[in-house]
Amino acid sequence: MTAFDFVFYVFAALTVASAVVMVFSRNVIYSAVGLLFTFFGVAGIYVLLAADFVAVVQVMIYVGGILILLLFGVMLSQRVTKVELRTGTLQLVPALLVVGSGLVVLLRVMYKTGWKEVPAAEFKATSATIGTLLMTDFLIPFEVVSILLLLALIGAAFIARKERKT
Amino acid sequence: MITVTLTHFLTLSAVLFALGLLCVLTKKNAVTVLMGVELILNAANINFIAFARYSDTDLDGQVFAVFVIVTAAAAVAVALAIVLNLYERLRTIDLDEADLLAG
Repeated sequence: MTAFDFVFYVFAALTVASAVVMVFSRNVIYSAVGLLFTFFGVAGIYVLLAADFVAVVQVMIYVGGILILLLFGVMLSQRVTKVELRTGTLQLVPALLVVGSGLVVLLRVMYKTGWKEVPAAEFKATSATIGTLLMTDFLIPFEVVSILLLLALIGAAFIARKERKT
Repeated sequence: MITVTLTHFLTLSAVLFALGLLCVLTKKNAVTVLMGVELILNAANINFIAFARYSDTDLDGQVFAVFVIVTAAAAVAVALAIVLNLYERLRTIDLDEADLLAG
């Protein structure tokens, strides 16, 4: 077992274990903490896959942005003082059946398909290449996604503000 | 000898996807459902980057993963605004209670 394998299994275990905690915890705050560790584990997996830029983006945007936003959502929408930070579950058994069978199908497809696998190239820093790609091949998607982000933020601020009495 | 291959990463992502789907299907709290959606997006991203690594396409997969992350951020911002509005109106974010549109 090489170091690569070992690190993969460590990060995979961290990711899956904290995702399980997140899904099965009844306390929303615990779920958020589980999600935090899942995001870190996924960032580790990205590093293993030689995606250093995406790993940093993952930590900055998911952990630093999205998770904080989710915690804001929890805090603003529950009566914290009355300890109502609970989440109920419903229809656990049918959902488990559906998800389990879906997972089996997915895994069967993955193992049956003969993926054309190229041996992984040597690691190179990716930031410069990604920057060049964003400004050349992916210029239109890049602009579209910027406009989408701008619209979403304006829309979110507009929806979330208190209605003013006119 | 490295034994971890593309399939290992795909398996990890399939498991994460299943957990996220389970979260979306079973939770009643709107914020927790959003967390499940984030989990699903992360699973998809692992696939993008794994395929980018183990194929001879350049870094297209990684660029696409960045787009997914940006879209996820936009989605969470809007969804949380909706959740706050829901709480403003109904004083709860239990998705079973939000049935104003039901006939």
